[in-house]
Amino acid sequence: MSAHVEAAEQHHGPPVANQSSRVSPTVLGMFLFIASEAMLFGSFFTAYFFVRVVSPTAESWPPEPFHLPVFVAGVNTAILLTSSFTMHWALQSIKRGNRAGMKAGLVLTFAMGLVFLLTQMIEYAHVGFNTGDHAFAGVFFGLTGLHGAHVFVGLTLLGMATVRAFRGHFTAEHHHGVELPGIYWHFVDIMWIVVYATIYLL
Amino acid sequence: MRNPFRSEAEAYRFLLMTVGAFTLIVAGAFVNRWLGVAVWLVVSAAAVQFYFRQRAEPPPRAHVEHVGPEDERRILVIANETLGGDELQALIRERAEGVREQVLVVCPALNSPVRHWASDEDAARAGAQARLDDCLAALAAAGVEARGETGDADPLQAIEDALRTFGADEIVISTHPEGHSHWLERGVVSHARERFDAPITHLVIDAEPEG
Repeated sequence: MSAHVEAAEQHHGPPVANQSSRVSPTVLGMFLFIASEAMLFGSFFTAYFFVRVVSPTAESWPPEPFHLPVFVAGVNTAILLTSSFTMHWALQSIKRGNRAGMKAGLVLTFAMGLVFLLTQMIEYAHVGFNTGDHAFAGVFFGLTGLHGAHVFVGLTLLGMATVRAFRGHFTAEHHHGVELPGIYWHFVDIMWIVVYATIYLL
Repeated sequence: MRNPFRSEAEAYRFLLMTVGAFTLIVAGAFVNRWLGVAVWLVVSAAAVQFYFRQRAEPPPRAHVEHVGPEDERRILVIANETLGGDELQALIRERAEGVREQVLVVCPALNSPVRHWASDEDAARAGAQARLDDCLAALAAAGVEARGETGDADPLQAIEDALRTFGADEIVISTHPEGHSHWLERGVVSHARERFDAPITHLVIDAEPEG
């Protein structure tokens, strides 16, 4: 096939590995990742809904005397959603060859992610209960903490992408190092929408 | 199914859809808790329908070029249970007549889905190799030099794999007749014609399928 022949002529080093499978490794890897994350968050949500359903005070939720800072968490949610927009902007910028836009987008995304995480830590300090106070408290810290851990991983990836961007990496043609943290960051945001809506609003 | 995290743009679109979906769910739940549950069910079903009904884009049509000396004819044969058929061997002999031929016979190692996903391919490969050996021996006895290999369980993937190292001038796909052939039911021949621009000969062999 000419495409392969041309690629082989331009390619230096060992030949490109021949792939013989019904599912490409990238797609399979992404499905396995999503499945593992769904099971991980799913187990926490199962615990949450179990606690909620068996609670004798299910009509008023969260149970007395617990109160969640819905407004602060709402502002935090807005910050996280905005960070997804700036992440998208960063990638669109580099796709058009706009390095300044990419750098600004990455820095803003990182900063907003950091603000989200710090706000959540401050929320933990002022929320007025601790993990051992009630099953609800345990599940609350478990779910939001699990998400916080994902945000931390996302920030680490974003930090590396930002440093690379300022070192002159990435072009309009080669920007996988921005695209992959971007996918992960949107995934983290999606999970937060589910967590926020379930725990704080519903 | 279309992967919602295939690219950053797709993931961003999925995020926006999630925001919209949960806005509806929360709004419904504020009116009535069960309305919220109903909205959640409807939105989830719609999302599943949306992503599962979208098919992944078909791979681009591959251009197959002649490789090797001008007077050499390369024939790629894909067959499984019909490998032992006299018609197939006669066709290969006919195609190889009067030219410097290079024949590659590929026998896909067909497997059950459960065994495929469990990576239990040994029996399927052994069976394919046995059929291949018989076919190559028969061709050698008829004076046709051919080599063979077992391929991917998906015949289209097996063709693509073979074409990477064997630029065929013609592809011969041998199947059972309509109604007996799983490959025809899955449209293997028509899909091969869409996917590869080499001449494709479809040979139907009316032999008893293996049980």
